[in-house]
Amino acid sequence: MKKAWVLIPLAVFIAMLVFLGVGLKLDPREVPSPLIDKPVPVFHLQTLDTPSRLLSSADMRGQVWLLNVWASWCSGCREEHPVLVEFAQTRAVPIVGLDYKDQPDDARRWLGNFGNPYIASVSDPDGRTGIEFGVYGVPETFVIDKAGIIRHKQIGPITPDILRDTILPLVKKLNAA
Amino acid sequence: MLLKFIFPLLFAAMLAPAFAREAAPVAADPVAEARLMKLSSELRCLVCQNQTIADSNAELAVDLRNEIREKIQTGMSDAEIKDFMVARYGDFVLYRPPVKNTTLVLWIGPFLLLAVGGGILVFNLRRRRHAGADPELSHDDQALAESLLHTDSTKETT
Repeated sequence: MKKAWVLIPLAVFIAMLVFLGVGLKLDPREVPSPLIDKPVPVFHLQTLDTPSRLLSSADMRGQVWLLNVWASWCSGCREEHPVLVEFAQTRAVPIVGLDYKDQPDDARRWLGNFGNPYIASVSDPDGRTGIEFGVYGVPETFVIDKAGIIRHKQIGPITPDILRDTILPLVKKLNAA
Repeated sequence: MLLKFIFPLLFAAMLAPAFAREAAPVAADPVAEARLMKLSSELRCLVCQNQTIADSNAELAVDLRNEIREKIQTGMSDAEIKDFMVARYGDFVLYRPPVKNTTLVLWIGPFLLLAVGGGILVFNLRRRRHAGADPELSHDDQALAESLLHTDSTKETT
């Protein structure tokens, strides 16, 4: 009986270790987005290549699409970019770029240098649209379904693994729906 | 000698915050600015997560302060502005998380731990007090103790 009592602090300690261990593996930067399963915020912005042409979120209705938030000043985007360029060649899903708090000239040069995976990029020079999307760190990517509902948010650079294991299966599922 | 160097250094350090003041806001409305400061000091900057939007000079924090300033000017209430932020960034932006099913452990957990700890403490103290009151000397022990005390005192007097 007395021995059982002695074991309690040990049990509590082990439970704490487990919690702390799990906590270590979580990335505090990945804050779950409240926008999941909500309609995509409305935007109506100039496209990067032809500023006279506007693209709005409503134009993408009826298809599954990705919105990739990027900027020429963002190093994570550099890392992610070749993955997106390669992915775009498979034509699995249209990718719209949101050029976040960027100079259009820098952005165009960046796409010229590293390739353009986007069916179109729209300019968000003051970051207002970014705020509507709850963007807090580029790159971020949203998966949006045919009805214009956000189904997934990827925070940080997309890797080939994330594409294969998360994004592609979800796109397929949403396309079948 | 050392003081000679340290004193000007300290003085310089004291001056520094005076220069670190933020640029004067465009809106010259002190009431709105006070509201902005109060609101933004309750909202977390998501780039530098342990700072509030009021403290942080990260670009996002500056943008969000401007956004809040505009919202105040259009006549939105504090609650509406907070709802706007939560709808985009989640409960995490609130420095004081709301009481909800998912945050119940956060709110009640510390008190629960305190209660459990206090309970264990009280339990142990009671047990110890009982244990201390228990032992009564047997007759033989009493006699032995007395004889020892007696010899002790006689030794001291001699």
